[in-house]
Amino acid sequence: MARYDSLIDAVGGTPLVGLPRLSPSPSVRLWAKLEDRNPTGSIKDRPALAMVAKAEADGLLRPGCTVIEPTSGNTGISLAMVCRVKGYRLICVMPENTSEERRLLLRAYGAQIISSPAAGGSNAAVAMAKELASDHPDWIMLYQYGNPENAAAHYATTGPEILTDLPTITHFVAGLGTTGTLMGVGRYLREKVPDIAIVAAEPRYGELVYGLRNLDEGFVPELYDASVLTSRFSVGPDDAVRRTRELLEVEGIFAGISTGAILHAALGIAARAGRDGTEADIAFVVCDGGWKYLSTGVYEAGDDAAAAHGLEGQLWA
Amino acid sequence: MSVSVSVPTILRPVTKGEKTVSAEGGTLAEVITDLDSRYTGLGDRLIKNGALHRFVNIYVNDEDVRFTGGLETTVAEGDNVTILPAVAGG
Repeated sequence: MARYDSLIDAVGGTPLVGLPRLSPSPSVRLWAKLEDRNPTGSIKDRPALAMVAKAEADGLLRPGCTVIEPTSGNTGISLAMVCRVKGYRLICVMPENTSEERRLLLRAYGAQIISSPAAGGSNAAVAMAKELASDHPDWIMLYQYGNPENAAAHYATTGPEILTDLPTITHFVAGLGTTGTLMGVGRYLREKVPDIAIVAAEPRYGELVYGLRNLDEGFVPELYDASVLTSRFSVGPDDAVRRTRELLEVEGIFAGISTGAILHAALGIAARAGRDGTEADIAFVVCDGGWKYLSTGVYEAGDDAAAAHGLEGQLWA
Repeated sequence: MSVSVSVPTILRPVTKGEKTVSAEGGTLAEVITDLDSRYTGLGDRLIKNGALHRFVNIYVNDEDVRFTGGLETTVAEGDNVTILPAVAGG
């Protein structure tokens, strides 16, 4: 279907494309779920829309309301679009070490940005948003880290889309941030494909982001349930950047940096399947396109090391 | 078995400022015991009631040990062990 009543009705229904050149062999196949094809260019359109719809149905959100959300970018941009369409004011609390494009986009959609300190990364943004929300009881925080609608959106849409397009799926690989994608898609696929592997790729940032004062300031999203996952990999900026560039060079897919991290984990799984001599259909998520990361210089850098240098100190996923 | 252990900023006061330390052991538990014998208190920061601290993630060659056997995860000569506090993404 290609006709919709409005932009928000066009969320989801994204293509799944094969990677014939990056797949290691005819029996181990990689498939990319192109979530950059959503209205604001990222997978976050799905949870943003679902969280707003639920808050409206519950009577929490009424015309003229103010929404506040901690975000490193994509969720904020998705919410900004939905809020603009529906007439809500949006305030995003965002770490200061995020790319300039995200700020420009948020402002273009009319959102207000409050910067949280770079040290502590999203932890600091979460803490600041919670404080602001408690100071302003009339503001609505949708809270993507703990809102069941985040995972539910993926359970209801992303998961079924993938299974319909790839009934022979053996592995699902996605990024671990709020954990919504992995929890929602993971639960759905586990119910339908009992032996499926659900693999998390977790971005590993520079030291600044882990600069907590003590371990008890750590953060695990309320949505996270480790039992949904089969394995979890930590992927650093060097590997993420190398794979982002490889995906563009070899398959022509222009993706953001977090997708490179996910592809790195997917290729690791593919290599294991190849060694074990098992057939595999590995679906992974392209979270967003590369547009918001052009200013980091990672695509035009002469080599991978120079490209990774462009991400120094940034929250790139 | 000698492995290389990367220590996060928050724990470096315990490792005398060292960013990377080497340790001996055939399992992660043995590695932590060995580290604790030289850097007193490190074990208590990582392990609570016999399990990994809720806000501590440990990876052996980039794979989260909670999915590979936890403290009983085996390590081999030259493996890289990374300790990180759990922080928010998204």
